[in-house]
Amino acid sequence: MIKSIKTWILIGFASILLVACGQGGGSGSKKSKTLENTKKAGFVKCGVSQGLPGFSNADASGNWTGIDVDVCRAVAAAVLGDADKVKYTPLSAKERFTALTSGEIDVLARNTTWTLSRDADIGLTFVGVNFYDGQGFMVRKNSGINSVNDFKNGISACTNTGTTTELNMRDFFNSKNIKYEPIAFEKADEVVQAYDAGRCDTYTTDKSGLAAQRTKMSNPDEHKVLPETISKEPLGPVVRQGDAVWEDIVRWSLNTMIEAEEYGVNSSNASSLKDSENPAIKRLVGAEGELGAAFGLDNEWSLRIIEQVGNYGESYKKHIADTGILPNRGPNQLWTKGGILYVPPAR
Amino acid sequence: MNFKNFKFDLSNKNKNLIPQVLTVLFILLLVIYFTINAQNNMGNRGISFGFGFLSQESSFDITFSLIDYDGSHSYARAFLVGLLNTILVSVIGIFFATILGVTVGISRLSQNYLIAKTAEWYVEIFRNIPLILQIFFWYFAALRALPLTIDSINFYDISFLNVKGWYVPKFLWTNFSLFLYSIIFAIIIVIFFLRYAKKQRDEFGKQFPTFYISLAILFILPTLTFLIGGVSLTFEIPELTQLSKTVYVYKGGVSIIPELIALALALSMYTATFIAENVRAGILGVSKGQKEAAASIGLTKGQILKLVVMPQALRIIIPPTTNQYLNLTKNSSLAAAIAYPDIVLVFAGTALMQTGRAIEIISITMLTYLSLSLSISVFMNWYNKKMAIREK
Repeated sequence: MIKSIKTWILIGFASILLVACGQGGGSGSKKSKTLENTKKAGFVKCGVSQGLPGFSNADASGNWTGIDVDVCRAVAAAVLGDADKVKYTPLSAKERFTALTSGEIDVLARNTTWTLSRDADIGLTFVGVNFYDGQGFMVRKNSGINSVNDFKNGISACTNTGTTTELNMRDFFNSKNIKYEPIAFEKADEVVQAYDAGRCDTYTTDKSGLAAQRTKMSNPDEHKVLPETISKEPLGPVVRQGDAVWEDIVRWSLNTMIEAEEYGVNSSNASSLKDSENPAIKRLVGAEGELGAAFGLDNEWSLRIIEQVGNYGESYKKHIADTGILPNRGPNQLWTKGGILYVPPAR
Repeated sequence: MNFKNFKFDLSNKNKNLIPQVLTVLFILLLVIYFTINAQNNMGNRGISFGFGFLSQESSFDITFSLIDYDGSHSYARAFLVGLLNTILVSVIGIFFATILGVTVGISRLSQNYLIAKTAEWYVEIFRNIPLILQIFFWYFAALRALPLTIDSINFYDISFLNVKGWYVPKFLWTNFSLFLYSIIFAIIIVIFFLRYAKKQRDEFGKQFPTFYISLAILFILPTLTFLIGGVSLTFEIPELTQLSKTVYVYKGGVSIIPELIALALALSMYTATFIAENVRAGILGVSKGQKEAAASIGLTKGQILKLVVMPQALRIIIPPTTNQYLNLTKNSSLAAAIAYPDIVLVFAGTALMQTGRAIEIISITMLTYLSLSLSISVFMNWYNKKMAIREK
């Protein structure tokens, strides 16, 4: 009841807000309505998940942590000077885009896959990728299934509704010519419950999600994730279309974190690097150039991000690696170290 | 004189009319304003509005469908699948809620202490727990309680119950249409016979054993089609298949998914409590004098209930029970929580997400529920009118 009503109220409100909140920032001009409103409100309105360890998860006292949460914190540090000035709104997969387009939130950092239709069709803009993921399958260890090639006609698969997972699953089973039974739940917790109870033979979602959800099973050691990855899932933060300045702020807040790691700038050494020899580092810590002015921010915006939130490597280690979700960085390693994290230069 | 009359009209009729017209006008303007504003805002944000997406390929699959469907069909077809699933669970729910509700309602008035108390406890427990919790309870409790496929509960080797669902044999007909026609034909004959019997009773006081004769007609005609019409029926029995070392599944037959069972169970158990109270109120609402009068002219207990009490009680029962039917239908939208593919999960869920067309899809879904509810209302109002007192 709660879930359903909440969704409807939110969608109802969203439609009203969409109607009521007038024009959202003129494109092309240096003025950003979202930036102005954020400064006025004193906090960044950020949409997150309803609880995905490593990405966005609230602890018992309501503190949000995760690499998605760090994107929100970076934006708050850049814009408001304090990474804690964020208002988090937990959203279901179904609610997230409506909440964003209606102005309920200004940044969506909710392990959201970047796809063409989402980017082009429904008034959204993806600003980058903060986690390269791919869809995989989890099965019981004793099932005798060791690879996706062991799937046969009649297999039942549990997943989340309202995600790209549902579509990838169909593409995958169709390409293998396997008849399957899809069981799609609205919330991840119910998927875990149903799979754990034996309702389905396999659980499919993004591999990072599988690793995180496995910890919630009644006996995590009985389950394993199959080696194959069946899709590309570049996850990243999203903003509303039509406010180019705000879009740039969010994009470069994320890029700053990645670039900082590349140049070895982290939360503890950032302020001492102001008189570094390397001009790229000097730009990062705000000792050279006037980069902040381009978004209507001061020159220390990037320094605050690095100091208060840390660089991408610190964030990953803290939330994903040290929590045991995915100790190996895989593709989410810098391009200089064999991964595919590569951001345009900040200059 | 004329002028005075005109003034009189103004002060009485039109004075009432003007505020009403103004209110309607105001609401209309508000709606127009919001619509135009919404269109502008969507335009500014690069969101297009339109229903063209309905004919696009949906590219997602659905567990359970009454019609032929897979991801290569359109969103419109997915909508239809969801709608039919909503109707299916509502019809099943209403059917069992009514039977259970009437039984419990009558039981509460029973002279037998145990029966009356059991009914009372049932009502008090099930109407006071939120429906969503009951749905979760039936679903997850049942899932945990049911055995895995390999250890299915076996009903005479033809039907199997396990955590993946209830597997029953599938009927394979030959010349099914002939059989169907014979049933329809038998029903028509029964209707004519009942009319004839009533006329005979009203005019000449002749009594027929109508129940047994109707039953015989309904039984004999379809049976004849088997014997001489070439209709035959075979069963496809579900068969256990091994997919891997420990993964088994039943193939063939018809599978009733646990989501449907849990949802139908929760909806009917919950709604039955309210119907039971309506039934109790209806029966208690018929004055004692009616029963005593009926007894004094020599009617039996069964006849009193059937001919005197129930016709009057129904007038009290039907209107609030209509509300319960409407509630049940709307409550079926909670299906999304346990993955039963109803219209909310399939259309206002997955389809909304894949297309991002929130306003269009939510409008369609709201209109659909509105039409469903109005259809039930129209039918129940017709039935209510039929049962109403006819002054002679």
